[in-house]
Amino acid sequence: MHADPTGVLTGTHFLNGDQACCEGALAGGARFSAGYPITPSTEIVERFSKRIPTIGGVFIQMEDELAASIAIQGAVWAGAKAFTVTSGPGFSLMMEHIGLAAMTETPCVFVDVQRGGPSTGLPTLPAQGDMMQARFGSHGDYPCIALCPSSPQECFTLMVRAMNLAEEFRTPVFLMMDEVVGHMTERVQIPPAETIAVTPRKLTDKAPGEFRPYEDSEDLVPPMAHAGEGYQFHVTGLTHDERGYPSMTPATQAKLIRRLREKITRGMDRITQVEEDNVDGAEVVVVSYGITMRVAQRAIKLARAEGIAVGGMRLVTVWPFPEERIHALAGRVRALVIPELNMGQVALEVERCARGATQVIPVPHAGATVHDPQQILDAIRKGAGR
Amino acid sequence: MSTAETPTEMPLCEQAPGENPICENPVEQFLRTDRMPHIWCPGCGIGTTVNCFARALLKTGLDLRKVVVVSGIGCTGRVAGYVKLDSFHTTHGRAIPFATGLKLANPELTVVVYSGDGDLTSIGGNHLIHAARRNLDLKVICVNNLTYSMTGGQAAATTPEDSITTTSPYGAFEPAMNIPHLVAAAGATFVARWTTFHVAQTMKAMQRMLTRRGFSFLEVISPCPTLYQRRNQMGDGLDTMKHYKEVSVSNNNANLAEIGMTKSGQITVGNFLEIERPDYLEAMRAQLRNRLQERYIEVGGAPCQN
Repeated sequence: MHADPTGVLTGTHFLNGDQACCEGALAGGARFSAGYPITPSTEIVERFSKRIPTIGGVFIQMEDELAASIAIQGAVWAGAKAFTVTSGPGFSLMMEHIGLAAMTETPCVFVDVQRGGPSTGLPTLPAQGDMMQARFGSHGDYPCIALCPSSPQECFTLMVRAMNLAEEFRTPVFLMMDEVVGHMTERVQIPPAETIAVTPRKLTDKAPGEFRPYEDSEDLVPPMAHAGEGYQFHVTGLTHDERGYPSMTPATQAKLIRRLREKITRGMDRITQVEEDNVDGAEVVVVSYGITMRVAQRAIKLARAEGIAVGGMRLVTVWPFPEERIHALAGRVRALVIPELNMGQVALEVERCARGATQVIPVPHAGATVHDPQQILDAIRKGAGR
Repeated sequence: MSTAETPTEMPLCEQAPGENPICENPVEQFLRTDRMPHIWCPGCGIGTTVNCFARALLKTGLDLRKVVVVSGIGCTGRVAGYVKLDSFHTTHGRAIPFATGLKLANPELTVVVYSGDGDLTSIGGNHLIHAARRNLDLKVICVNNLTYSMTGGQAAATTPEDSITTTSPYGAFEPAMNIPHLVAAAGATFVARWTTFHVAQTMKAMQRMLTRRGFSFLEVISPCPTLYQRRNQMGDGLDTMKHYKEVSVSNNNANLAEIGMTKSGQITVGNFLEIERPDYLEAMRAQLRNRLQERYIEVGGAPCQN
């Protein structure tokens, strides 16, 4: 189905990434958001709070991030599409409810506009230091999907996609922005509603009494029911069986945890989004994401001017990690260069997936600003043996 | 002194002469009998409150398809799993914000938060204060057994001074949180406290909460014979009922500042407060309509379909 036109601001706009993200949420069908102010994410919910009363929905400013991150889940079970937004310190507080969403298979989106950390860190300055926290931050084993926009335009399109992926896989989805992308203002084109694909919630067609909230289904994503429709179902963060009832056996745990994982791995092809630039025949490929890939463009251009065959691979989806793509690439190049605004998080994944087939050169950066392209250029030269 | 009242309108078993003497407990229809036996200990008061809740629901005649129970974590947190309603067993302390999302996204729902003292007042204390402040239409039932029971009987914010618990082995010395006083100060529009001895009053208070609008709070003082009463030489569940009967004083006009729980002193019970002020949704709608006029699109009961 396509987007509800009441939420779509079709046209060409001059927006920052935060504002564009809000428009993406609305186009993607979000009619509920709960938030707690935190720089540099606040503009997203500021805009949502202004826009939503005239569209038909609710914004509530909660007392903290713990509350915001679970209020959206209550709204989802009442029938709304919902999201929340935050930055590092708030993301840490939301971890418990990211686990709840994964465990109860509650479709919802968490936007993290990354800033320098740890702790209060750099409230107004960029980093990409929460990439591993998005993957492993909540306790226990659970899968996740994370997207990384590089521009305000992508904050719009990837937020729509995040809302859709959450519904398709019944899982929490992360939009991992950063302060630069969030506060950078550029042209954003919002297409007509009828051209924006929106994934409807997968709802049960069974009658009350026959419905089992976590029953086996072909794609491992069980259909949902909403509260108030007569199903009288139970949802718990405890390990549960197909009826949704707590069950503390090794067999139930294994079945549930494996299914949560499997539903994402089986959907890898539908989730993975990677952009390649002159990868064929390249001696060195720069693998990056978010704002850092845009900075790397300059380094790539300079390296090419020096005669180095350098390609680029931009991870639009970072989680689940495009393991096979990286492995295949590693077998064909002299080096992979991994710049990122952290001390080497995704670089570890690249190294794991390269399995020793090539040299992996991280270009770490502690944050507060973006890389100097020269740092990336030096790494490219090193990889090319110049 | 209060007197014992038992619900007379609803006998456990209505039997006409000559009929089969085996009949259903009227409460059973509200329970997930396929989940029995429950986890609660003999003498525990949580089941008593669930009995009151089921009877209150029956009396209100509410459409059960629209009644939702949200619990946090702990012994009382397990209530959501046993009631045959849409039910959510959430995270520790966060039943109220989950319920907030449910209610705002579908205002047609009657949303009940059913949880324990540790869950609602300690780890979830901030949410309790803010939901009361907003006067959001939630019906909060707090079973207060004065201790953390699920984890083995540790000291809680509600543990009365000098009580022995596993983490206050020489006796607690922090003052116990006076929950009715707190929620009233925060802005709740209905506040009551009863004990599990007062089953009729508890049921009536629940009935009132279920049929009124606004943030409604009921504290039910309840025994944990396995962990609290035993360690404090207060006997078993029945002894606790006798104790509650003996020390409870019903006073609807009590000064809430003075009704904090002590280990063996008076327990002030009553329907302390019922006032009217616009609830969250009323206030939100009025404000937005005033500012936005016809541009405001009111959130109805119909959930979004995409």
